[in-house]
Amino acid sequence: MLISITADPLEPQPFIGHVRRDETGAVALFLGVVRNNNLGRRVLHLEYDAYTEMAEKKLRQVAEEVAARWPITDIAIAHRTGRVEIGETSLLVVVSSPHRHEAFEACQQAVDRIKEVVPIWKKEVWEGGESWLEGEGQTAVQPQ
Amino acid sequence: MKVRVKFFAALHDMTGQRELNLEVRDGLTVGELQRDLCARFPRLADYSGSLMYSVNAEYVPADYPLSDGDEVAFIPPVSGGAHAH
Repeated sequence: MLISITADPLEPQPFIGHVRRDETGAVALFLGVVRNNNLGRRVLHLEYDAYTEMAEKKLRQVAEEVAARWPITDIAIAHRTGRVEIGETSLLVVVSSPHRHEAFEACQQAVDRIKEVVPIWKKEVWEGGESWLEGEGQTAVQPQ
Repeated sequence: MKVRVKFFAALHDMTGQRELNLEVRDGLTVGELQRDLCARFPRLADYSGSLMYSVNAEYVPADYPLSDGDEVAFIPPVSGGAHAH
C-alpha cells in the first residue's frame, strides 16, 4: 500500500510497478487530470490546498476500506498539491488484483470515497478570476 | 486552555491566516468555537451548516468538546482530486 501527497508531477509507471506482483492478472489505473474548462469557463490551471497530515490519514483509510472489501493484491493512491497545469494528473489511483473485476470496482470505489472524505480542495483559476470549488460542480466565486 | 485552529482553501483566503492559537474556555465545543470566531471573521457565518469539523486530524461532530492542546480544523466541502463536472 502506497499513499503519497506531493507537489511534484505524478508519473504512473512507478506506482504501477509498486502494486504489480507476479500473481497479479489485472492493474486498474485511474488518473484525474486537469481539463481546460468547467461550467462554461476556460480554466487556466488549478491550485490544490491540502490538510496534508489528515489527508494522508484519510487516503490510507480509503485504501484499507477498499482492501478489506475486495480481494485485491495492492493499491497505491497519490494526490498533487499546489499548482497543477492543464493536462497534468492531480489524482492517481492504481489497484492490482488477480482478476479484472475487483480491480475495476475497487479502483472506482476508492476514487468515489476520496472525493467524499479527503480534505483536499481545488481552486480554479481562469481569465479574470478564481474560485474554490465547494462540492460537486458548485463554486464560491471570488472575483479578483 | 489553548487550542490551535487551522484554515484551508476558502477559509484561508477569508481569514488571511493559516493557523491561529487561541485561549478558550474549558469544555468549549467545536461548533461553539466556530460561532465565537464568526465575531472575528463574519464571513465564517456563510458556512454555518456546510462545514465539517476535525480535531487532531479526525472528523468530529459539532458538539465535540475540545481539550487543551487540540488541533482544530474547519473543513469546507471537499472537492477531491478528479476535476469532475
